[in-house]
Amino acid sequence: MSARVEKFVGEPERYEFQAAPIHQFELGRRDFFKLLGAGIAVFAMAKDAAATQETAPGSKSFHGEELPKNISAWLHVGEDGSVTGFTGKAEIGQNIRTSLAQTIADELRVPFESVRMVTGDTALTPFDAGTFGSRSMPTMTPQLRSVAAAARDLLVGVAAKEWNVAPEGLVAGDAKVTDPASGRSVRYAELARGKTLAQNLPAEDPITPATEWKIAGKAIPKVDGRAFVTGKHQYTPDLRPEGMLHGKVLRPPSFGATLTSCDDSAAKAMAGVVIVRDGDFVGAAAPTAREAEKALAAIHVRWKEVPQISSREIFSYLKQNAAAKSDDGFRKQKGSVEVALASAARRVDATYTVAYIAHAPLEPRAAVAQWTEGKLTVWTGTQRPFANRDELADIFHLSESSVRVIVPDTGSAYGGKHTSDAAIEAARLARAAGRPVKVVWTREEEFTWAYFRPAGVIEVKSGIAADGTLTAWEFHNYHSGMSAIETPYVVADQRTEYHQVPLILRSGSYRGLAATANHFARETHMDALAHAAKMDSLEFRLKNLSDARMRAVIEAAAKSFGWPRKKSLDGQGFGMAAGNEKGSYVATCAEIAVDHSSGAVRVVKLVEAFECGAIVNPDGLRNQVVGAMIQGLGGALFEAIEFENGRIKNPHFASYRVPRFRDVPEIEAILLDRKDIPSAGAGETPIMAVAPAIGNAIFDASGVRLNSLPLAPNGLRSS
Amino acid sequence: MAKLIELEVNGKRYPVSYPADTALLYVLRDELGLTGSKYGCGEGQCGACTVLLGGAPRRSCQIPVSAAAGKPITTIEGLEREGKLHPVQQTFLDEGAFQCAYCTSGMIMSSVGLLQSNSNPSPAEIVQFLQGNVCRCGTHPRIVEAVRQAARMMQERGR
Repeated sequence: MSARVEKFVGEPERYEFQAAPIHQFELGRRDFFKLLGAGIAVFAMAKDAAATQETAPGSKSFHGEELPKNISAWLHVGEDGSVTGFTGKAEIGQNIRTSLAQTIADELRVPFESVRMVTGDTALTPFDAGTFGSRSMPTMTPQLRSVAAAARDLLVGVAAKEWNVAPEGLVAGDAKVTDPASGRSVRYAELARGKTLAQNLPAEDPITPATEWKIAGKAIPKVDGRAFVTGKHQYTPDLRPEGMLHGKVLRPPSFGATLTSCDDSAAKAMAGVVIVRDGDFVGAAAPTAREAEKALAAIHVRWKEVPQISSREIFSYLKQNAAAKSDDGFRKQKGSVEVALASAARRVDATYTVAYIAHAPLEPRAAVAQWTEGKLTVWTGTQRPFANRDELADIFHLSESSVRVIVPDTGSAYGGKHTSDAAIEAARLARAAGRPVKVVWTREEEFTWAYFRPAGVIEVKSGIAADGTLTAWEFHNYHSGMSAIETPYVVADQRTEYHQVPLILRSGSYRGLAATANHFARETHMDALAHAAKMDSLEFRLKNLSDARMRAVIEAAAKSFGWPRKKSLDGQGFGMAAGNEKGSYVATCAEIAVDHSSGAVRVVKLVEAFECGAIVNPDGLRNQVVGAMIQGLGGALFEAIEFENGRIKNPHFASYRVPRFRDVPEIEAILLDRKDIPSAGAGETPIMAVAPAIGNAIFDASGVRLNSLPLAPNGLRSS
Repeated sequence: MAKLIELEVNGKRYPVSYPADTALLYVLRDELGLTGSKYGCGEGQCGACTVLLGGAPRRSCQIPVSAAAGKPITTIEGLEREGKLHPVQQTFLDEGAFQCAYCTSGMIMSSVGLLQSNSNPSPAEIVQFLQGNVCRCGTHPRIVEAVRQAARMMQERGR
């Protein structure tokens, strides 16, 4: 597993991350049983924390140093036989509440219904760096399997002791331990009764191979699905603790503007309103959101604004403002690309650009904060509850044990909910008000004050031999990031380099990080090279590829799509793209239609093959894969943040176009199940090949090579 | 200025005192505690706040509370009858037609509205009708399928 984690180390595009210290878990074992009642508990002590816990750049493990030992997961079997699994990961729609419970049920040999998960609560769950990087499945699956296996052994051991027999002869199954020799059996619930048995996990405990899974690997519906279809599930914005006020924050007119004067006397005179002014922070709390807004409107403020660059000039700016010398860790070289370029039979060079885009999660950033006797509790939809806790502790000068962050199952994130903004705002207002305060960002705030997927410029120089062998590859990414920056194709002479540029807009993680940008450039370029070599795009890729897993997804997608297809309609075009990242593999084939008179581009069909090792829940996985394809379609065709002089020009769903029902093509997702390979995550990789596949199909249809994302926000201009 | 208005929500009458131009959504959520209707944009662009007003699907963030008085309002909380889910709720569950599910209430309410006016919509009609509802997780194909299954179920039951 450590080989895969290595790829995780250099992701400078996670700009939103601050140095995150790794903290020890604070809840004592005694507290644990007090909380959950007697029973049997197993704690996983991560033996090699670097291999099992993802790390944030800037943390101690950034350079591969060993982390302190840490508890990474645990599990409790109660006196009533109920099983509770604990993880610091958050449920953000990726379905871990179901898939991780499946894993535990499978390994502990109990019915799925008896398992519940406690997620993302800093007072109850083990430390976790965050729910990102497609790490929930690859890290939590083996850890929870290990704790469940250890708990099973512990239960068998208890039974063996009670019966005075050797544990080796006993069998665990259906929440019971059975002695086949005597035929007697005892339920886990009975074994747990009256006990407060805790055990640290023996790290070598064997776990059940995927080929023998009984509950994992099945399409089990979302555990609490009924709460969602009845509107009963409470997301953060739905919480209403007794006495709660609604908070609103006064936003500057543009990024970087500073407050020069503020007269809040009229607002302060309003009944029931609490005004907070603290540095540049101006906020109001009131019985209703409307009253809080009215109070803010009554504050007279002056701001000093600073001139800033605009989306029109962003790409030349990025190129001109790149660091003179890239960091050593951001450069990879093999052979001599200069020599190879000079001797290539054909050369193709091109520049690609990628616009800023927004996550636009449908649940906006929100938090409810409550202070009780100097201690702070915050409910917030975040992917990083522990980092949020640390930031709150830091800002309000509290010990970490005085802050509790709880993540209600959240209305999606896509990498966008790593920071603590709404939590800090709610906590600041709640402290002044002496009552709980809820802050829910408006859609405009969400589109303006959150962070974006960074824009980028990518330059590629390449050469091929006369027979279509890829011989030279030079790839430079400016600003957008390093994820999946290296080509998976076989090239003897190559150079890959990532160039940092100071931030322009607040930027950070987005589903797949820069893998989407880097795949767009590379896979578009591979298509252009195939064209230059007068080869079929599939044939050209396979000729230059040795990675068996990547070949398998390409071949699976191509077969199902019917590649190569003959055009039967005017304006029809076919394209493909492929790639790998974070231990999973993807290939996408696209059929598009260009209306030659209007220039409109319509995606007709997407076929995608995806492989992420052993599949834990095929239904949940299919939902994630199809979802990523549809989301990818937005960034591919039309999503782009427009900005000018520190202002976002399209901060609404009316002006920032996201994929809607009419945009959704016919979709086929082929899931390759590799039971011999540990499960990797699936939240990100399925998005990566969508844009280049569509772009390549547009070229096939029209002969127009589009090198910028979004490809066709206004369709193709008829030429 | 706050004005006393009577709302009829899910078959119950509620007197509420709100400025007449306050959007229905905020009264439902903040005053009546019916938080199943979601805030997604406050601009009528995402559909997460959809309720039935006089039987027709409406964006409750765009309806002044005064305009909602005197008409029956149905929210997601009002669909379940004696512990039995509405067919659209049931088929969303059966099809797994959600991921983060924040859009689900609005999707279900819009779909219920569609099936009231068109008991057997084609996939194209469903797509057209739900065009104003945003699902950011990309669960669209399952949502369309869930609505088709619900139409089938409702026809079989003859409701």
